[in-house]
Amino acid sequence: MKPSTNYRWRKLVDQVMRSATVVATGCAVIPLVAIIAYVIAIGGTAMSASFFTDVYQPPDLPTQSEDVANEEVPFNPDDPFANLEVPAPENADGGLAGESDEMQAVADAYAAGPRGGVLHGILGTLMITGIGLLMALPIGIFAGIYLSEYRNERLATVVRFSSDVLSGSPSIIAGVVIYVVVVLQTQQFSAIAGSMALAILMVPIVTRTTEEMLKLVPEAMREAARGLGAPTWYSTFTVVLPTALPGIVTGVMLAFARGAGETAPLILTVLGSNVITMSMFEPMAALPLLTYRYTESPYIGENTLAWGAAFVLVMLVLIVNILVRLATRRVGVTR
Amino acid sequence: MANQQTSASWSSGKSLLRHGDVPFRIGTVVLASAVVLLVIAIAVIMVNASQEARQAFGLDVLFGTEWNPIETEVAPPAFGAYPAVRGTVLSALIAILIAAPLAIGIGIYLAELCPPSISTPLSFLVELLAAIPSVIYGVWGVFVFVPFFNTVFAEPVSQSFGLVIPWLAGPIATGRGIIVTGVILAIMILPTIASLTRDVLRLVPNTQREAMLAIGATRWEMISQAVVPYASAGIIGAIMLGIGRALGETMAATMLIGNSQRISESLFLPSTTAASLVANELTNSVSSLHESALITVALALFGITLLLNLSARLLIWYVERGNRGAK
Repeated sequence: MKPSTNYRWRKLVDQVMRSATVVATGCAVIPLVAIIAYVIAIGGTAMSASFFTDVYQPPDLPTQSEDVANEEVPFNPDDPFANLEVPAPENADGGLAGESDEMQAVADAYAAGPRGGVLHGILGTLMITGIGLLMALPIGIFAGIYLSEYRNERLATVVRFSSDVLSGSPSIIAGVVIYVVVVLQTQQFSAIAGSMALAILMVPIVTRTTEEMLKLVPEAMREAARGLGAPTWYSTFTVVLPTALPGIVTGVMLAFARGAGETAPLILTVLGSNVITMSMFEPMAALPLLTYRYTESPYIGENTLAWGAAFVLVMLVLIVNILVRLATRRVGVTR
Repeated sequence: MANQQTSASWSSGKSLLRHGDVPFRIGTVVLASAVVLLVIAIAVIMVNASQEARQAFGLDVLFGTEWNPIETEVAPPAFGAYPAVRGTVLSALIAILIAAPLAIGIGIYLAELCPPSISTPLSFLVELLAAIPSVIYGVWGVFVFVPFFNTVFAEPVSQSFGLVIPWLAGPIATGRGIIVTGVILAIMILPTIASLTRDVLRLVPNTQREAMLAIGATRWEMISQAVVPYASAGIIGAIMLGIGRALGETMAATMLIGNSQRISESLFLPSTTAASLVANELTNSVSSLHESALITVALALFGITLLLNLSARLLIWYVERGNRGAK
């Protein structure tokens, strides 16, 4: 029997549309893979010992030649522009001495390879994000416990919604709020302000993963603890939390990776720095800030450092996500 | 409560153990409420800090076309963030027009069509990409994508269609502008929309699919007529979350849009977005009015993303509940 035209048409539509979804997936995967590949390929070239051990080094610009810099023409009210006419020493061949050399040196400085490293950024990111995480942990974990153990209360819906609002609002909002409350009040950009802004962003992640992980703990375990006479708090801390601990740790790691990559709130709170600062009450460097500033820099060497810093951030995200993947797979098995 | 009675008989001597539930409950409730208080505090702080500009200009802060923070002899200071609002809306619109169809396609492929052996790594990749910091997209955009986009798309289009359509007119100078920002934003929000779409499609009960196949439908007819309509509310929710993310994205927009307060008709020319305006100017604000105007812009952004999130969550929740009812 010959298939009808209608059937062939339907078959065709089916195949075209199914291929279209494959094409869509391809279209999306290509740029996404390209980003990771570029960061690894170009950022990888920035890796060197000094990248991890050195701090910011200013570009190797030539200092102004001495005879020009030292010559001070006293200000003359009759001839206010006298000091603009600096007599240029002449070269042997009559050209302006030093000028072409100097311009060549400037051009060399712009095109030079990376100088210095990002140790200050790495330390800054670890400190700012670490302290932010310490602030976010108690709120996040206890809110997660509340959401999972008292899940049907009306307050739980409000808390869940608030956590969604926090995770859905643009990260710059956290920066704006901390800028108003902390930076403007203390008249000082500080690392601790950055930690607070990051804490606002990390709370919902910790809350959500803690809740999800605690919900995975079988109800039977809670009932068993209860059957042995344990009160809720005791069973939560000795039975439920330890069971869900790997999952919660992965959630905390995810929050750390997310916080470490946030840039916008840090621009408004931490400001950045070119040296290693150990005081939380001063401006500090951070990897995403360095990435941003070095990207906008006209010096090729600093652009390379931007790729390097991006490489470190991507590696952090990659490693954390793979670890999380492994950990949650194990939870999935025990479930 | 039943468990309190059992605990009483179990450890009549250990009062901490017996009465531990009260401090435990108080502790969790207080810290959980801190999350709620945080949201309220954010709203209150921003409303307070933006009061000066809102009283001085009202809605003109968002829709006035003149943004001039520094008072000069010829121009008084004026704060109208329309250029930023326009840049935000247009770049997010471009992003969602590109990302939504692609992401729905990916969601359908991941949930319905692809074999599990591909589905797992692909899903992992998609989730990984949602976790990559936005500044990375900015770096890649500046150094790799903008030059590529200019030679492949912007230059030819502005020299052909651009001669007729002012929206696409050249000249492409730095290459930073609304369209290129929109494309990068599209790449950034793709994973978000795709994974949410996949999740809601998986919630569709199999009876929907079986009934459709049983009456002789092709796979695509099944998907387009029985699966997607069932989950449509959730897919719309996913798109709204994507729009929210595109509107509020700061770093990629700041690095790619060019940060110009001029309103140029051509979408290839630099513009600015609300978030990048705040990020660029807040720390350098010249007056309290300037600061207050910027915070008003941030407040508007917060309000809009909050509304989008609220309605998106409601839609997704609606699909989840519908599924539970059908089972």
